[in-house]
Amino acid sequence: MPRIARDLSLILLPVVAAFAILPSLYSNHLLLFNFIIFITLAQGLNIIYGFTGYLPFGYVGFFGAGAYGFSLMVIHLQSPPLVALAVGAAAAVTLAVLLTPLFRLSGAYFSIANLAAALTVLQVVSNPNLEDITKGPYGITLSGVFNPALSYGTALAILAATLALVIYLRHSHFGMALRAIREDPISAGMAGINVVRERIIAWLLSALVAGLAGGVFAWYVSVFYPETVFSVEFTIFSIVFVLFGGSATVVGPILGVIVLYGIYNAVGISTPQYFQLIYGALIMGLVLFLPNGLASLLQRWGIHVP
Amino acid sequence: MLTYSLLAGLLFGLYFTLIGLGLNLVFGVMRIVNLAHGDFLMLGAFLAFWLSTLFAINPVPAVVIAFVGFVIVGWPLYYLLVPRLLRAKDPEMLSFILFFGLSQVIEAGTTIAFGTSERSIPGNQLGQAIATVESLFAGHPVESGPVDLFGQTFPASWVVSGIASGAAVLLVYVYLYRTRLGYLTRAVMDNREEAVAAGIDVHRVSAAAFGVGLGLAAVAGVFAPFMLGSITPAIGAEVTITAFAVIVIGSLGNPLGTVLGGVIYGVSYMLMQSYYSAWANILPDVLLIAILLVRPSGLLGRQVRRA
Repeated sequence: MPRIARDLSLILLPVVAAFAILPSLYSNHLLLFNFIIFITLAQGLNIIYGFTGYLPFGYVGFFGAGAYGFSLMVIHLQSPPLVALAVGAAAAVTLAVLLTPLFRLSGAYFSIANLAAALTVLQVVSNPNLEDITKGPYGITLSGVFNPALSYGTALAILAATLALVIYLRHSHFGMALRAIREDPISAGMAGINVVRERIIAWLLSALVAGLAGGVFAWYVSVFYPETVFSVEFTIFSIVFVLFGGSATVVGPILGVIVLYGIYNAVGISTPQYFQLIYGALIMGLVLFLPNGLASLLQRWGIHVP
Repeated sequence: MLTYSLLAGLLFGLYFTLIGLGLNLVFGVMRIVNLAHGDFLMLGAFLAFWLSTLFAINPVPAVVIAFVGFVIVGWPLYYLLVPRLLRAKDPEMLSFILFFGLSQVIEAGTTIAFGTSERSIPGNQLGQAIATVESLFAGHPVESGPVDLFGQTFPASWVVSGIASGAAVLLVYVYLYRTRLGYLTRAVMDNREEAVAAGIDVHRVSAAAFGVGLGLAAVAGVFAPFMLGSITPAIGAEVTITAFAVIVIGSLGNPLGTVLGGVIYGVSYMLMQSYYSAWANILPDVLLIAILLVRPSGLLGRQVRRA
């Protein structure tokens, strides 16, 4: 598998190394952490959208499920963070299993139903009637397990695993099968691909990534409201990052996060409306003139994009 | 209580129908998803607000101004965005993202222009409209105030909005089923390629439908200050989601299915508000998922496609 080895050493290693070294050079660790979370989420979305063509507008639901799975374990059972993280990821995957019937829907129906599902989970979690269990709308405080260094390292490990997964998908038989399903599910089925099974595996992997990201996000920030971890902005940002860079590639979403989230932090914080205006216009321009992202531009110039 | 909920649900259902109708028309004709629908509605609401505060124009005539104005805006916007989009590989998915960008631009532009403060129009302005009509029939001036329907009392603004929404739905029916343009529009909805082959100017027909879609959003926007509460530039996204729930329940691409979706949505929302208000917000989403799982293309999905 020389191509996998090449991508692991040329993409995964530099990215992870950069985020491992940067905290000692740059003092805004929360910003670096957010970059890691967004690259992870963008790649997680890339698994389901880039490789199967299903666009889950409620992707943030898995992120939130991971964050709440983590927090409830810590609050009610005082479990150690890594155990809680595993439970958070399991919560996200369970939610994904519950939502597998949504695959009966296609296109816009799937996207909207998934968004409705994420909003339902948010409404349940933030309902004042469940205050004893979920703290309702008043938010979560996890001061007991607060450990920025360890949680940052864990987030980095999750990022590395996610990148490795996407690199595997990019070069493996399984990833090829997924892309065949995306292009034409009927032909793919006739070529001997188990369409339903492969699609659901991709879906669960995608949810697993978001659940882990959500759990480690809860651990790192340790104080948050339901609206924070179920904010549709997480989904929207991830979609835009993937689209900007180029879906179904390894470097595309990374490029998208670094460029767009970088711009966001440079100008967006001080003048949010102007940023929103530029951002919206940029998205429109991309869809109209570069619908397959930056990666397609490079490919047009004859450069191979991993 | 039950009668009240059902009637209020019906009034709101008609209004929700109006919210979804334009979105569904655009989807039906162009197979694109106008994620900026709620933002056009918000612009319509701001238009009604400024007409009301600056020129003292009552919201009822403002409906006409909003509709005509947005049709005129929608026509060139169609030619700017949609033909290029339809040439892409997966226009339906890309339209999601394109119109999300547009919605961001509109929201940001409105925020820059007007700020984020909440605005509202006094509810009695619609009451005055109904009182004017009543006094025409009665031959003497009538005080504006709450309206009685089947022994239940409702704010006049709800009744006017409901009636106006019903009228708008009827006009869309006339447009689609009783005019030549509507005949061509339905041909394009049925099969775009065959419509092209039959010599229909698909872009002209689609541009008209796009304009009407935006116009309907603006009309719904005029009533938004009375039905949805005070308006800010940020209400668009939530309205879009509501509109989606309504038209997906009815079935995407079938404008008249929107009526069914709207009424189901409105009545069930009001019933939940009356009997189980703590969980009322969850209902639309659960309803949407449940209906989709039972009938993957909406309640009226298949029958209409066969017809």
